[in-house]
Amino acid sequence: MEAKEIYDKLDRRFPGKVSDFRGDVLEPYFSVEPAAIVEVCGYLRDEPDLKFEVLSDLTALDLPKEDRIQVVYHLYSYTHRHQAVLKVNLPRAASRVSTVESVWKAANWFEREVFDLFGVVFEGHSDLRRILLPEDWVGFPLRKDYVEQEEYDGISTERAPLVEKLLR
Amino acid sequence: MESAVKPLLNSLPDTVFTTKVDSLLNWGRASSQWYMLFGLACCAIELMQTGGPRADLDRFGCVPRATPRQSDLMIVAGTLTYKMAKRTKLLYDQMPDPKYVISMGSCSNCGGLFQLAYSVCKGVDKIIPVDVYVPGCPPRPEALTEGLLKIQQKMMRERWLVKKPEVEESVGA
Repeated sequence: MEAKEIYDKLDRRFPGKVSDFRGDVLEPYFSVEPAAIVEVCGYLRDEPDLKFEVLSDLTALDLPKEDRIQVVYHLYSYTHRHQAVLKVNLPRAASRVSTVESVWKAANWFEREVFDLFGVVFEGHSDLRRILLPEDWVGFPLRKDYVEQEEYDGISTERAPLVEKLLR
Repeated sequence: MESAVKPLLNSLPDTVFTTKVDSLLNWGRASSQWYMLFGLACCAIELMQTGGPRADLDRFGCVPRATPRQSDLMIVAGTLTYKMAKRTKLLYDQMPDPKYVISMGSCSNCGGLFQLAYSVCKGVDKIIPVDVYVPGCPPRPEALTEGLLKIQQKMMRERWLVKKPEVEESVGA
């Protein structure tokens, strides 16, 4: 099924919940209302025409100019060999969205990673801890306004001077 | 490449062999450096090459050990993250004295290519003392062998049986 058909089908099923379809890019995408994400994802997985069995990736974008964080869901269907990209826009100050762990088990670690690096809180997640960084890390490094700490656990984060400075 | 271990002092003809106890100890230690397997990133591939038949670290008495308790030498090969840095310190503390550290490659020297990343430690010398820095990204096996010979030279100059060892000029890059 083509991306436009998937979008239209969703639009009929969930009027007003999906919007902003972009079809002129390599991976066509559309936006989903944050409150409806679990519902939409469950439908995408179970509907016989769609059958998105796989959440192949879940990541995020930080867009400080527009004051939002975009959570991106990449879906793929092995049955129908088609794919879809869903985006959920959240305000930067209160970036909270429901977990899709109940739909795809794989979302568990993806969501932990997004929480770890962007600070997006996935409500209802079974084990929302940092996954890559140490547990006592301060801040969310992939946010554009992240400021590196002076030291981590007694180890200075100071860098060696660059070669140009040494030559001067 | 010749071994840096010099023949022992021999002032008497064939049957009697005299030397200093220090030299004997140093000779023994320098000829059997057991290095800990500590590959963190792509430098570990070159470390394996160095242990392999072409560069052959074995001919200097170097054998890899899988535990810090049996190691004399730690070759930090690869990018050190802050998460790993704490473990590195722990492993270093577990090694018995006297112990030596080779920092292999740009990443463990100063963070290298990844020094602007938030998660990468800017040099292994921020957490443990380093004896020899081997530059390169990654260093060739010849370069690591050279670093090892520098460690051997350093070992041969050490004095253990005098009360106040004179301050020795440090060997290294």
